[in-house]
Formats: sequence, structure tokens, C-alpha cells
Amino acid sequence: MATLSVHTGAGTDAPCVRLGGDWTVEQAGDIQRKIAELILTPGEAYRIDAAQIRRLDTTGALLLIKLARRCGSDAATVIAQGGLPERLKELLSVVDSHIAAPAPEPPARTGLLHLVEQVGETALWLWKDSLQFIAFVGAVVQTFFFVLTRPRRFRFTSLVFSIEQVGLNALPIVGLISFLIGVVLAYQGASQLRRFGAEIFVVDLIAISVLREVGILLTAIVVAGRSGSAFTAQIGSMVVHEEVDAMRTIGLDPMEVLVLPRVLALVIALPLLAFFSDILGLIGGGLMAWVTQGLSPVLFMERLQENIGFWTFGVGMIKAPVFAALISLVGCYEGFQVSGSAESVGRQTTRSVVEAIFLVIVADAVFSIFFNMIGI
Amino acid sequence: MDGDVIIDIQGLCNRFGPHVVHDGLDLQVRRGEVLGVVGGSGTGKSVLLRTIVGLNRPAAGRIRVFGQDTRNLDAAARRALERRWGVLFQDGALFSSLTVAQNVQVPLREHLALPQPLMDEIAALKIALSGLKAEAGAKFPAELSGGMRKRAGLARALALDPEILFLDEPTAGLDPIGAAAFDQLILELSHALGLTVFMVTHDLDSLYTICDRVAVLAEKKVLAVDTIDRLLDNDHPWIHEYFHGPRARAALRAAPERGEEGSG
Repeated sequence: MATLSVHTGAGTDAPCVRLGGDWTVEQAGDIQRKIAELILTPGEAYRIDAAQIRRLDTTGALLLIKLARRCGSDAATVIAQGGLPERLKELLSVVDSHIAAPAPEPPARTGLLHLVEQVGETALWLWKDSLQFIAFVGAVVQTFFFVLTRPRRFRFTSLVFSIEQVGLNALPIVGLISFLIGVVLAYQGASQLRRFGAEIFVVDLIAISVLREVGILLTAIVVAGRSGSAFTAQIGSMVVHEEVDAMRTIGLDPMEVLVLPRVLALVIALPLLAFFSDILGLIGGGLMAWVTQGLSPVLFMERLQENIGFWTFGVGMIKAPVFAALISLVGCYEGFQVSGSAESVGRQTTRSVVEAIFLVIVADAVFSIFFNMIGI
Repeated sequence: MDGDVIIDIQGLCNRFGPHVVHDGLDLQVRRGEVLGVVGGSGTGKSVLLRTIVGLNRPAAGRIRVFGQDTRNLDAAARRALERRWGVLFQDGALFSSLTVAQNVQVPLREHLALPQPLMDEIAALKIALSGLKAEAGAKFPAELSGGMRKRAGLARALALDPEILFLDEPTAGLDPIGAAAFDQLILELSHALGLTVFMVTHDLDSLYTICDRVAVLAEKKVLAVDTIDRLLDNDHPWIHEYFHGPRARAALRAAPERGEEGSG
């Protein structure tokens, strides 16, 4: 508990503020309130008597100095005449020489003008980022052709390792999701088609949707979340630990060592994964059709072979390497955009996944229009 | 300097899997002293610090801080204890999403209910005490240099006016001028605020300049705790090599004039 009280001067003595108790950070709120409640005659100089203070810390000293200033006194006077013990005098003088005004918070910017400014900044950033990404893609292509002429420089171990990571290890999750989506499509489709008495078309529905769109799109999205993000995080943490800089000083080209094997691995692995996804989707759909409608697997296969042409499957597979290139390029590019901190790795990884999925869907739309125009 | 014992460690054992770090370690820290803890890499200096502040649970042994056994405290007593010490981690360990001033206010906010303007003033004072300019308060940790981050970490460690200050290699990674300034800062603060300082360090200059006593960690225990002068005469081979190597001799030569500055 801290105390302070005002004593009017007797005779020639100046009026005095007497302090006591604990002037510590725990009491700071209380002390400040008491200082605010103190009734002082304006223009009068008060003497500060601090002899009764039991404990004093830096926060207490800060408040004491504020009080002294309000009383028309200062720290030096309190040190000289306040009756403080030696050690507390030292504390008071150290605090007095370090009192600083809080740094002003940077003004919060709001309003229409700020909104316009932000839109402009974002647009500019987007433009620059796109240019940089295109330059990065160019550099990768250049490296690819450079390595093509010197195949011994290519890192096959790295390529095989990456294929295992992004391809083989992704099989269970891609397979499971595709199988379940096949089940859902068959179930939902059949219940709609039954109304028209056209249950047999469920085969066409499953085959066309899985082979053309769902299989590859689903695989690409899973891979973007699973491997695109991993590329960004791997390269990003290497950037943070200056491993990439170390590579450059040793004469290793990060494009050759880090980017090319990853991009090629995904370009090889994603079509295989997409094919796997197609098959599992068909199995899921076929199984569901069999269970709910008694459509036997033999009938399902016959219908499939009669009605579904090669290009239904081909259209899906053509898209796979393109999606793979987009995902891996975005993943690697965002990895190199990491700057300094671990926090930045997290930010770029999120961005990498969002951008990869966005680009995959845009590319899918472009493909749709293109295939429609050439009529397949 | 023979004050009462503020940290009392007895029979401390620490092991990670089969790897034994401490085996029957005893150490006493006295109130008001600056204790330096030295030892080769991997001798468990940082582990010792982390064990005292409760970040690492020892396999055996007893640690008393302010006379309280740190292992058998309920949550309230534990909080009250944590209020009374401040820890400066190697790289400051500032919260990256907060400005420096907000970082300093975190302990205040957590343990006390103070009006915001007062907290701003306290934060500004601590920032100035730790030798940073007032503008640094509004900056984020990512905008600061390594030395500034350490100072900001010190400001946060000092926020609640602790009685014990734990420092983990406070001068590592600083340039010699920055390191000397940091030593001086710790010396001044420990004098003015009456702090007890527990400092893990590799910096021989720090040992000579600001440490009252030095504890030498080796062979899984504290080999010796004494003033530098007496450690210089110690016959143990490792201690002898540590305090008589070329770098130690250079630091010793540089020490006297700095020592006078410091204690003056």
C-alpha cells in the first residue's frame, strides 16, 4: 500500500507532500489515482518528503518524478532533500535520466483515400509479381534446355526422390478421395436419373465427370495442398538459413538443383496420379451403382466401352502435365520469395497453395473453352 | 557480497534419453550478485537456466528460488514466482506480431491492471533504460537489428521490476562495442535496481567486467564457483586452460580499466 498526504506548511516552512509505503509496479494504478486526486494549490511549490517510502522500483520512481513535477519540484530536489536512502536515490536518478515520451503510434490510416491507395498498391504489386513469375518460368525453361544439352548435370537422384515424395506417397490420399467422390456422384446422379427412368445413364455421368474433370481437378488440388506447399516450405526454409546463398557461392545453380527436379517430378507424377484417381473414381461409382441399382460390373464395363470415347479420358490426361507445371512452378517461385523470417515461410506457403489452386482452375476453364471449340 | 542465498540448487540431475547433462549439480546464487556461468559447448549451461525457470523438468534434485521449491508450487504461487524474475533469451524472443512497446507491456497486462497511458509511459521508460531510442518502441521485431532485439528483450524482462534477471548469452552475436555497452548496461541496471543476475555466457570480457562470481560447469556439475581472481589460481586443467588461454589473457589485460569504470 502506498500513501501520500499533503501537509500545509507551518510558519516559514514550505507546504509538503509526504509519501510512504510501497511505491512499486503492483501499486502503480493506485498511486496514479491518488496523485490525480491530490488537491494542490496552483502556483505553490511543495516539498516532497519521501523518507517514509519502504520500497521503490522503477515504476514507483517514474510516478514519484511525475508527482514532483506536478508539485513544482524535480527529481534532483527530491534526491537532495527528500530523505531517501542512498540506494533509492541512485535508482531515482537513473530513472530520471531515462524518462522518455512514448513513441507515437504510426497513424492508423483509414478512409476512402487509403482504400484507393491500397487498391493501387495491390494492383502494382500484382503486376510486378506476375512479371517476376513469368521471368522465373522463363529461367526454369532456360535451365531445362541447358540441362538437356548436358544430361550429366541433371540430378536423377533428386528427381526420383521427388517423384516418391509427390507421387508414390500421395497415392493413398488421392485414391481414397477419388473413390469417395465416385461413390457420391453415383449416389446423387442415380437418384436424379431415376425420376426420368434413365438409371443406366449413371454410367455416362460417372465416366464423363470423373474422367474429364473431377479426377484430374481433385488430384491437382490435393497435390497443390500437399506438394506445392511442401516445395515452398522446403525452398523457403533453405532461403531463411542462407542455404540457397551458400549454393550460389559454391557454384551450384539453385534452378538446376532445387527447381528443375521438383518441376519434372511433378510433371511426371501428376498424370500418373490423375490416372490412378480416374480408375478409383470409376471403381467407387461402379460399386455404388451395383449396390444401389443392381447394375452389374459387367454391364457397367460394357456401357463404358460403348458410350465413352478415348477423348473423354484423353482430355483429362492432357491437362495433367500442365496443372503439374503450374503447381510446381508456383510452389518453387513462392519459396524463393521468402524473406528472412520463419513467419514469412508460413505466409508464402499459404499464398503458394491459394495461387496454385486458383491458376489450376483458371487453366481448367481455358481448357474447357478450347476443347469446346475444337469439338472434343 | 555475502548476502543471503536467493537461488539454491541441490543434487540436480538432467538427462535427455541416455545422454546425462547434469549429475548431482549444486549451485547457490546470492542476492544482489552478478553470477556468470561458463562451460564448454554442450555442458548444459542453457539447460541449467531453463531448468531453474521451469522450462525443463529435472530428473532429480531440488531447486529453491526465494526459498520456495519450484517443483511443488500450485498455479497461483507459480505465477507469483514468475513475476519476480525476468528472462532474456538468446535472440530476444520477442513476439513478432507486437511492436517493441507492446512486447514490453505484455507482462504488465498479464499480471496487473494498469491504465493504458501509464503502461505506455512504463514501456517507454524500460525501452530507454535498456538503451534503445524512443522511436524503437513503435517498431516491430523484424525491423530491428540483433543487438536492438536483445535490448528490447531486456526491456521486456525488466517490465515488472524483477528481482532476478536470467540472461542467456546476452553478448553473443554483438560487435565488441555493442557487447561492451551491453555489459555496462547490465552492470548499471543491476546496481541501480538491486538485481541479482544469472548470466550464461561465453564472453570472457563480460566475465571480467561485470561478474562478481563465476560458476564453471564441467563434468556434469559445477566444478567451482568463485571470483575470477581465485579461479585464475585454480589447478583444474579445464579451468586453467579456460582462464589462461590466449583470449582469456587478452581479456584480463583489458579488464582493470573497464572494471574501474564499471564499479565507479
